[in-house]
Amino acid sequence: MDISLKNVEYRYQVNTPFERLAIQDVSIDIPSGTFLALIGHTGSGKSTVLQHLNALLKPTAGEVVIGERTITSEKKQKGLKAIRQKVAIVFQFPEHQLFEETVEKDICFGPMNFGVNEGEAKRRAHEAIKQVGLDESILQKSPFDLSGGQMRRVAIAGVLAMHPDVIVLDEPTAGLDPRGRKEIMDMFYQLHKERNLSTILVTHSMEDASRYADKIAIMHKGEVYKVGTPLDIFSDPEQLIKMGLDVPEVVKFQQKLEKTFGYKFAKTCLTIEEISQEMPRFLKRGEA
Amino acid sequence: MMEKMIFGRYVPADSVIHRMDPRSKLIIVLLFVCVVFIANNAITYGALVVYTLLMLAMSKVPMRFVFGGLKLVFILIIFTFLMHIFLTREGPIIFELGWFKVYEEGLRQGIFISLRFFLLILITSILTLTTAPIAITDGLESLLGPLKKLKFPVHELALMMSIALRFIPTLMEETDKIMKAQSARGVEFSSGPVKDRVMAIIPLLIPLFVSSFKRAEELATAMEARGYRGGDGRTRYRKLVWSGIDTLMLLLLLALTILLIIFRT
Repeated sequence: MDISLKNVEYRYQVNTPFERLAIQDVSIDIPSGTFLALIGHTGSGKSTVLQHLNALLKPTAGEVVIGERTITSEKKQKGLKAIRQKVAIVFQFPEHQLFEETVEKDICFGPMNFGVNEGEAKRRAHEAIKQVGLDESILQKSPFDLSGGQMRRVAIAGVLAMHPDVIVLDEPTAGLDPRGRKEIMDMFYQLHKERNLSTILVTHSMEDASRYADKIAIMHKGEVYKVGTPLDIFSDPEQLIKMGLDVPEVVKFQQKLEKTFGYKFAKTCLTIEEISQEMPRFLKRGEA
Repeated sequence: MMEKMIFGRYVPADSVIHRMDPRSKLIIVLLFVCVVFIANNAITYGALVVYTLLMLAMSKVPMRFVFGGLKLVFILIIFTFLMHIFLTREGPIIFELGWFKVYEEGLRQGIFISLRFFLLILITSILTLTTAPIAITDGLESLLGPLKKLKFPVHELALMMSIALRFIPTLMEETDKIMKAQSARGVEFSSGPVKDRVMAIIPLLIPLFVSSFKRAEELATAMEARGYRGGDGRTRYRKLVWSGIDTLMLLLLLALTILLIIFRT
């Protein structure tokens, strides 16, 4: 499902003394199958943007096109449920949304709200719990007896079981240990490939953005500063650092090397794998 | 919906009312609540309305914001009004339509009581809109100070209040967040059959309770870690200062009271 934001503006608490412009003139195209990373400093409007993607927020100006539907500031929108089944959001700290007696019931909650019958929902619960790397025996436990990491995975399973076409992730790995982070991100990436999903990832991790995304959008002070491939974005580290962002460690490493040796790599490397491939050639050039 | 709520919300500004000592504001509100009951005819109620609107104007809080925020209250007031119209059967009938009769006394009481209700809400809203929660509790603690001699836990009470007030916005934010998360999972809070909407409260309330308990525990730990041990020997950064304006405002209320006593019937 294609999503596209056109000149979207959003103001919080319009007509009160607390009115605040959160985002303005945001235009981003997210064609079906894209893995988009949204990066930006805290308070740059990333979270506001992503709540527009399934019509949780209605733009105060501009329009959001989600598949066939167009959401504008005018009139009350009806039948948003259909959109929310297609576009699922995993919010920051999703474990806060757990409420059922058992893990299984909680995972079934989403699908059943969208009209899936109980048998099918349970089947999906079993499938989803395995996808997030937990044992099926956990399904009968209370979600409140689990560890923080397990709760996070259960909440994510609850969203996956909805079988969305587009999955929006708001810092899904915040507060997890390094192994948990990698497992969860790899799982999302694998799903993205297998089910041909669109994935939108809000993250502070430049590593994740460069590793998984085909497209990166930088938000700065409520506006889209730049959209491009990871290579485009991370080739200009000074600009990023000026905006309170960073580049992946690998890029920094490459820059330091280039400075020390006084000559350049053939290209900017974004992953450890890439740089280890380029390294022999780089070193040889030094000898020559 | 949530963002328009004005209960317990503080709007920072620089106005006469903002600058007043929280103690004098508290006393005035408390006295006003009593004074309202003196009024019993058009003139006296008129005086109360003028006084309240004057206070609102002096507070420099935008009227539109205040009245917009009181929408829910208006529903309650209209309900009260209708109850009086329907249930009071005294005095001459002034309107009749089949079995439905409106009595003069019903209309009178309806208007006055809804007005009284409205003024009380408005004056307390002005207090909370112009006074930071922390100042209100400081004021209260200071006013209740003498009760300490009677072993009344004044400091603890003030602390409880300030914690409760402090967490209203946090709780609202949390509610908003969880509502969004559950909406994304297909819960409909504002449309659909009433039964579904009532059921939608469960996935909202349970996470709220869970996080509130967690937060309470964390707060207690944080307080202990910083060596909190009650109010004994506490010094203050913000000192309460009683100024000329405060005395003047009290006198204004006194004048209103005298006026009401003279003109009531």
